[in-house]
Amino acid sequence: MAKVKEKRTPMPSQDPRERIGNFDEVALGYTVEMAVEEAKRCLQCKRPTCLEGCPVQVQIPEFIALVAEGDFLGAARKIKETNSLPAICGRVCPQEEQCEIRCVLGKKWEPVAIGRLERFVADYERLHGEGDDIQRVPSNGRKVAVVGSGPAGLTCAGDLAKLGYEVTIFEALHAPGGVLVYGIPEFRLPKEIVRAEVETIRKLGVRILTNVVVGKTVTIDQLLADGYEAVFVGSGAGLPRFMNIPGENLNGVYSANEFLTRVNLMKGYLFPEWDTPVKVGKRVAVVGGGNVAMDAVRCSLRLGVEEAYIIYRRSEKEVPARAEEVEHAKEEGVKFKFLTNPVRILGTEDGWVKAMECLRMELGEPDASGRRRPIPVKGSEHIIEVDTVIMALGTSPNPLIAGSTSGLETTSWGGIIIDEETGQTSRPEVFAGGDAVTGAATVILAMGAGKRAAKGIHEYLTKGS
Amino acid sequence: MFKIVKRRDLTPVTKLFVVDAPLVARSAKPGQFVIVRIREQGERIPLTIADYDPEAGTVTIIFQEVGMTTRLMGELKEGDELLDFVGPLGQAAPEVTEGNVIFVGGGFGVAPIYPIAKQYFNAGVHVESIIGARTKDLLILKEEMETVSHRLHVATDDGSLGHKGFVTEVLQRMIDEGQRMDIVVAIGPMVMMRAVTEVTRPYGIKTLVSVDPIMVDGTGMCGACRVTVGGKTKFACVDGPIFDAHEVDFDEAVRRGKMYAEEERRANEACRCGGGA
Ligand SMILES: Cc1cc2nc3c(=O)[nH]c(=O)nc-3n(C[C@H](O)[C@H](O)[C@H](O)COP(=O)(O)OP(=O)(O)OC[C@H]3O[C@@H](n4cnc5c(N)ncnc54)[C@H](O)[C@@H]3O)c2cc1C
Ligand code: SF4
Ligand code: FES
Repeated sequence: MAKVKEKRTPMPSQDPRERIGNFDEVALGYTVEMAVEEAKRCLQCKRPTCLEGCPVQVQIPEFIALVAEGDFLGAARKIKETNSLPAICGRVCPQEEQCEIRCVLGKKWEPVAIGRLERFVADYERLHGEGDDIQRVPSNGRKVAVVGSGPAGLTCAGDLAKLGYEVTIFEALHAPGGVLVYGIPEFRLPKEIVRAEVETIRKLGVRILTNVVVGKTVTIDQLLADGYEAVFVGSGAGLPRFMNIPGENLNGVYSANEFLTRVNLMKGYLFPEWDTPVKVGKRVAVVGGGNVAMDAVRCSLRLGVEEAYIIYRRSEKEVPARAEEVEHAKEEGVKFKFLTNPVRILGTEDGWVKAMECLRMELGEPDASGRRRPIPVKGSEHIIEVDTVIMALGTSPNPLIAGSTSGLETTSWGGIIIDEETGQTSRPEVFAGGDAVTGAATVILAMGAGKRAAKGIHEYLTKGS
Repeated sequence: MFKIVKRRDLTPVTKLFVVDAPLVARSAKPGQFVIVRIREQGERIPLTIADYDPEAGTVTIIFQEVGMTTRLMGELKEGDELLDFVGPLGQAAPEVTEGNVIFVGGGFGVAPIYPIAKQYFNAGVHVESIIGARTKDLLILKEEMETVSHRLHVATDDGSLGHKGFVTEVLQRMIDEGQRMDIVVAIGPMVMMRAVTEVTRPYGIKTLVSVDPIMVDGTGMCGACRVTVGGKTKFACVDGPIFDAHEVDFDEAVRRGKMYAEEERRANEACRCGGGA
């Protein structure tokens, strides 16, 4: 065998100067040649360590071997045995903390670019495949309701449909997809791809009812009374957090959820052809260091701001966003202010943001999360002039469902309590998974939870029959 | 899709739709609202529920043609469909079954007043209502309000019907005359609600208003609808829209309501080119 290349095959991407002028996808994906070249770097380990990092057990070396042989459709089938949304996962999974970090090649050189290969395979199949030979399973006549159409709900619904259940998804918004449509921007995850995946789920026989807010339009107890034998709750963690500092209600302060929803779901960047406006000024500060903060700040650049800052209270090492997103943000000219924390927002006379007062921080002892706790430096107050502030401080589960379902137990911060194995809640007919249980996490974990719950629901409904 | 089963023009710029929405009708309560979107590239706008009929499966909405979406809605006919219609959202008006309640409705704010007054009236509350508009032709739901009020007062700015002047003047006179009032419910333009709030404040009369901030999702997901009530930030779409008037920070609410004034103007202009009003 030829000597292994030390470096992974780079993936082409749009030039940073060009891409901040559009909402098109940044990463352009491998060509056939690049994919084969990268796939050949894989050692086909006897005991592959990469596998342990994948929450849904994608058969990594097997699919990579098929890519190396040029059997891309075969590779797609292999991935889809365990992961029904590879085009999405290949784009948004934090592979560098999951499979790639465990790849043996990474000990000396760069790990195999597993994520890029997954993305290539899924895209190849979408463009050249025959379309899934989706077999609709004959109905077993039993109805299951799914609340929310994010990755958790879609996965759970798909798996249940494959078992013959009549599944209806109830979605509060007007479009299915959850965070995949309202949160993650077009330039990172084209909505066309989400639509295609949703179509696949529909073809399995799943009915999707948009514009239904469970807890308001109908309650879970009503659904159970209406003949649904079990309910899966995949309602996500949509409630935005604010800092509770002075000036937070000035005009020009957004939650990241509002800002991203206006941009992505409502296509605010196409205003006035599309009806929903989104306002950014010339200088934007995004407070936070996660994927959400990176998405918000990069959207603001594309809307034409002149200066865009990330304000994060810990240091660069602690930034929770994917490394690639931080890299992309830097290339695009985002300025990072680490170890900085806002204490108040200052307004103009007529109530618009004009600046933010911040403190410098230093890192102390590790806190409960294991990360070093930021402590304010005395007398380090300083002003950053901005006209828009976006708070990306994290989200928690919306209390609407817990508050309207009797006997549904939650944690102190609102997460629904489940049995880890089956997804069952304190109400035996109600199952849950994804961000609604864990708080804001990842697409792949939500999918894994949806899968486990589908199995749990099937066991629950077939038990004793 | 949600079919418009009936359309009525209340004034040249105020329209009433009865919409086929069985799930919403089944759960609706007075004081709640819906979010409507009319076309693929459309915005989501909140509209208060003006009436509902669980048996017929219909929900009534009333809107004034002020922005682009409401103007496009004004062109829809019976039998046309609304793309999205989600609700009922927000908290219902508090239930009241006894005592004296005064309803004050300004402009098309009479629409959200009506279902609440109807509920209170039927529950045995003594209801008196003051409804107002700039001029007689812009007054809406007068007959309907008459059926759910023990007494109905009308005020028009130009004196074309009833008292010449503001609804607040009628309310002040009732207070001066020593009329009993346990609760005042005021819904209408922000300036009018604020004026009513200032009339009742010195007397400590419990006053409720329904705020109407900018909204996006209407389910507590975005925080666009933040209002400060009693010094705390509330999300009007889930905590409201009805709040204790004496606790509401009206200055902030008015200011936040203007956040997109400039964009609204641009949208209206763009819409006009398309052959609108
Ligand atoms: C901006 C942003 C960027 C992100 N980037 C990444 C990334 O790069 N990689 C990654 O792995 N993860 C990322 N995440 C996290 C990831 O998107 C979530 O962990 C994942 O979507 C959770 O899936 P879910 O199905 O549990 O919930 P969601 O995707 O939140 O879906 C929940 C759905 O339920 C609906 N719903 C809520 N309440 C109700 C109700 N009462 N009735 C009916 N429907 C309801 C909601 O409208 C929504 O559609 C990101 C998140 C955000 C916000
Ligand atoms: S650990 Fe790395 S080299 Fe080994 S099988 Fe997995 S991807 Fe291939
Ligand atoms: S409108 Fe989005 S939280 Fe109220």
